[in-house]
Amino acid sequence: MTMMTKIYSLKEAVQENIRDGDLLYCAGFTHLIPFAAGHEIIRQQRKNLTLARATPDLIYDQMVAAGCASKVIFSYMGNPGVGSLRIVRAAVESGQLEWEEYSHFGMISRLQAGATGLPFIPMKQTAATDLERNNPNIKRVKDPYGGKDVIVVPPLNPDVAVIHVQRCDARGNAHIWGIIGEQKEAAFAAKRVILTAEEIVDESVIRSDPNRTLIPEFIVSAVCLVPHASHPSYTQGYYDRDNAFYLAWDKISESPDAVRLWLEEWVYGVADRDAYWKKLGSETHNRLKVIPRLAAPVDYGNY
Amino acid sequence: MAEYSSSELMCVHSARLLKDNDRVLVGVGIPNLACNLALRTHAPNLQMIYEAGVVGSRPSRLPLSIGDPTLVSGAAGVCSMYDLFTFYLQRGNVDVGFLGGAQIDKFGNINATVIGDYSHPKTRLPGSGGSQEIAAWADRCYIMTPHQKRRFPEKVDFATSAGYLNGRAQREATGVRGRGPLVVVTDLGIMEPDDRGELILTALHPGATYEKVKENTGWDIRTISDLRVTDPPTEKELRILREELDPRGIHLKGGG
Repeated sequence: MTMMTKIYSLKEAVQENIRDGDLLYCAGFTHLIPFAAGHEIIRQQRKNLTLARATPDLIYDQMVAAGCASKVIFSYMGNPGVGSLRIVRAAVESGQLEWEEYSHFGMISRLQAGATGLPFIPMKQTAATDLERNNPNIKRVKDPYGGKDVIVVPPLNPDVAVIHVQRCDARGNAHIWGIIGEQKEAAFAAKRVILTAEEIVDESVIRSDPNRTLIPEFIVSAVCLVPHASHPSYTQGYYDRDNAFYLAWDKISESPDAVRLWLEEWVYGVADRDAYWKKLGSETHNRLKVIPRLAAPVDYGNY
Repeated sequence: MAEYSSSELMCVHSARLLKDNDRVLVGVGIPNLACNLALRTHAPNLQMIYEAGVVGSRPSRLPLSIGDPTLVSGAAGVCSMYDLFTFYLQRGNVDVGFLGGAQIDKFGNINATVIGDYSHPKTRLPGSGGSQEIAAWADRCYIMTPHQKRRFPEKVDFATSAGYLNGRAQREATGVRGRGPLVVVTDLGIMEPDDRGELILTALHPGATYEKVKENTGWDIRTISDLRVTDPPTEKELRILREELDPRGIHLKGGG
């Protein structure tokens, strides 16, 4: 039997899987945000994307700045822990960018419906109805069992989900630990899945700890080895969040010229993530180093 | 008496609202400090839950975002966000939620979405995040915000999260399990809802006056006859905040 691998360079994976006009979900709640893929999409100048994420974060601020998007779907539009997400916000305020908004629960319920093949997912009422009034996708239906009306949202099925993981095998069976936000849901909801991984490991490593596998190989289209792919976000156990950059972006994103220069230097001006990481330099590498804290081993038993 | 900033003052009074064994959905910034202060003082068994999907968190450094890795290392559990919002929040396994926003109105409704018209926003704010559901389903909600007139209009431009709507009965009719915003802590004092759900002034911090509260509130705020004065932050509370929780003054230096 031949070993089936799905290993591509990130450049190839984006070329093959992401088209102009696609609905894209770059997963990860603060953790494991796939910045390397976002930058590759910018380099390949994709257009008219609909960018969905609970928190658009800097990755979508940069993609909107680079002209990749015509619409955002979100539930919290801020620079997490810092303040305003200036570029997305300005584009929404000026009417240049279409938007569709949910609460976090509404947003991830849409993914959950998409991931589980349901036509909608019910949620209990919250008494706050202004968002419901302004978003026709949020509807109210009668409880067929006689309780209070419930709020429902339709499935979200992205054309492509991009998910960064700590490790996976060459077929795409992926281990994730730390905050697992909505990665599994985004992967199962999407039509195509691109994985970027800190490490590609032997299948035996994955099979040594099957409870840690959130994504199975048969929903994965491409596996890309991209260490440090989530900087300035973080990868639990591998490197810390670069909070200094989140603060710096707050300043950079005040000025369209500064943003253009930044994209020129850090996205168009580097070939790939390895070049980007090298360019960050040893001071940043050292600052983001993490002291190990290992879990106690678990015994699956040799049955 | 010890000197303290208004952020420290609000933080201490928020911490005092927490009870031991409370399961609290923590936000970043001042709420996070308040919970960690309570944990180190009167509530050693506080269960800190973060909306990113972390349960029983024991952060060893100040978390700088809602998904900081320090929330996970040493936590009791991690789950998906869908699990967090369903098994924990919707099911009724969260006792306390902390909320904030650009506007809080007379009935404790919160606007974190938009100033002006929704479709053509004058100022676009971040939006709900987790707050729409926290405000509805956490048993008790606490709001912390500096006392400024623009933050306390008579009616919010947009209700991101429900307080008592147009009156307590209206909230109750929706069947939401949470008891609503039970306390609003500001840098001037403490507001609590009356029988109809209208926020009234129930306590002043030392040095603050009812007149100053009225000047900085967008409706004709009422008070009670036995208005109390709060106990100032103690040396111990301030020491823990300054030396252990926020030694660089990232959140606490604000507000003078």
